[in-house]
Amino acid sequence: MSKSGIAIFAENLRALPRHLRESFVRHDRPVSARSRSQAVFSNLFLHIHATRTHLQSLRLTATFGLGIAATSCFIILLVTGVLLMVYYAPSTSLAYDSMKDIHFVVPSGRLVRNVHRWSAHLMVVVVILHMCRVFYTASYKTPREFNWLVGMGLFIVTLALSFTGYLLPWDQLAFWAITIGANIAGSPRELTDVLGITAYFDPGGFSKQLLLGANEVGQDALTRFYLLHVMVLPLAFAALIGVHFWRIRKDGGLGRPGIAQTAAGKGADTDPNLPTLPADAPTKTYGLMCVVAGKTAATDLEIDETVPSWPHLLRAELVVFMACVFLSVVLGIVADAPLKELANPNIPENPAKAPWYFLGLQEMVSYSAFMGGLIIPAIVVVGLGLIPYLDREDDPPGVYFSGRNGRAVALKSLLFGVTAAVLAVAVPVNFGWLRNWFPDISQLWVILVNPGSLLTAAYAAWSIRTLQKTRSTRLAAIALFTCFVAGFLITTYVGMNLRGPNWDFYWSQSDWPAH
Amino acid sequence: MSGRLESEPIARRDFLGLAGLWTTAIAIGGALLGMVRLPKPSVLPEASRRFRLGRPDEFPPGTSKVIAGQNVLVVSKPQGIAALSLVCTHLGCIVSKNEAGFSCPCHGSAFDGDGRIVAGPAPRGLRWLQVSAAVDGRLIVNAGNEVDPGTYYRV
Repeated sequence: MSKSGIAIFAENLRALPRHLRESFVRHDRPVSARSRSQAVFSNLFLHIHATRTHLQSLRLTATFGLGIAATSCFIILLVTGVLLMVYYAPSTSLAYDSMKDIHFVVPSGRLVRNVHRWSAHLMVVVVILHMCRVFYTASYKTPREFNWLVGMGLFIVTLALSFTGYLLPWDQLAFWAITIGANIAGSPRELTDVLGITAYFDPGGFSKQLLLGANEVGQDALTRFYLLHVMVLPLAFAALIGVHFWRIRKDGGLGRPGIAQTAAGKGADTDPNLPTLPADAPTKTYGLMCVVAGKTAATDLEIDETVPSWPHLLRAELVVFMACVFLSVVLGIVADAPLKELANPNIPENPAKAPWYFLGLQEMVSYSAFMGGLIIPAIVVVGLGLIPYLDREDDPPGVYFSGRNGRAVALKSLLFGVTAAVLAVAVPVNFGWLRNWFPDISQLWVILVNPGSLLTAAYAAWSIRTLQKTRSTRLAAIALFTCFVAGFLITTYVGMNLRGPNWDFYWSQSDWPAH
Repeated sequence: MSGRLESEPIARRDFLGLAGLWTTAIAIGGALLGMVRLPKPSVLPEASRRFRLGRPDEFPPGTSKVIAGQNVLVVSKPQGIAALSLVCTHLGCIVSKNEAGFSCPCHGSAFDGDGRIVAGPAPRGLRWLQVSAAVDGRLIVNAGNEVDPGTYYRV
């Protein structure tokens, strides 16, 4: 006797949860090597991971989880950013009030804003540290040169996101930081003015107008910065981060010592330790799972030194993510994001300081806007980007400083870099600079010969000297990179703690003149 | 008879395909090129930079007065009246007056009483602005018009 229609329906209803689950997850519980691999590669969001992870890549000191931490911060920023957009109004007459609403009225608005601010700061720190980790472990070398460039792009977009986010509260801090930033974009005028060609060729005025949509910071600037901050730059960042992850896989996973690599990012094609493939096996799938040898995406995994990415890698990533959330939330509870008075175009903040990661730049800018704000940063960015193309030595990736010699060079370069940076700050503070010595000097000299450009030249000379002495491009690169890290740290510290009203030098904030 | 056709290096089908491809590419490229001009403002939404000062006798020789909201300092001397822009020529902060002249709070540029650069990163001295008189005799400053330093308007 056949079942009644109701009975069939009831049976399907009973099986509904199981069918729902089966339509959603197409593998068994991830307990076997096979189902764990399936759990990773049959999931859109997880399949950027390899199915198995090398034990060395999982060690804390291999990466300190910095790349994942940066991604985690980005995710936190996306979520909190969208929440802030619910109330924020990008208009000069409403922006400041809506910030106050978010801070004082909106339920949990204050916490969301603080977390957004803190994870933005955290992200900048983490991105810089990540870059240092990749550099010092020589992980930019063949075949990872291109991914180093993508990383540079991500670094720049990160800074651009911070900068554009800075204007949105429309308070005094925001207004004057963006006024300064926009005028840095306009600073090629310094040079074209000296050469007397501004009337015909004015790249400074062009880029400033492109940024602000006007000659002054106003509604058009706010509209543009809002558009960049919530739409253009996050999309660019997401696209770049996708490429970055994809290239990590295509370049053979994380660099680690003892890995033979070819330009295509592939290791040895056949590993004698792996069992060979049965003739009737579905080649691609088992190959991807790295259970057997065969056609695989760039892998040369020694099978007994790898563990399934589910759960080992995913667990590690979750820990890093939770640490980032924890840190941002705790900082957000402890310290409020600043909100100064409403923007006032007639009274600048004194001192008007950019966020801390731009203070090194601001110190450079206080010598010359054009050199310090544009040329030196451009030299640094181009120099960093070219490192993997100019240093072609095949040091094994994953070894910090590439060994003892590298450590010694890094230490010496740190000393040199710190000394030179301290001198570059101390000499103008104590003795003044060209304009104080020769009041009628041509502006061209003031632009070209300033403490910032001399410091850059000194670092380049130090690196070339290292190259001459050691005949190793890797050691020269370590010397240069370390010098710039030292310069960044010193100038940032000086800008943060030792500069007071009128950008004068003060040992302590308690020495600031009362006003 | 078919000499011309034989010398043709590519097949007709390929030629048409390539022509179509390039036409599309040029059309899209041209349209994009036109569109990237969009962010460059052709009209700047700014209030007029001209403003009225008041009657000349409100500024007897010896006065120097900051015009609120305009970031302009009006100086009156026996030889006439001049207006100095208080916008720092370095990065656009507003300089403040002190005994020696002017100093900028942002990056420490210093100017003397006539706006000449004394120290700091500013590439040039403060701007001197055009002062003129309206028909009713009241003074007008045009902050959009720069004049040579040392230009005083004789009432």
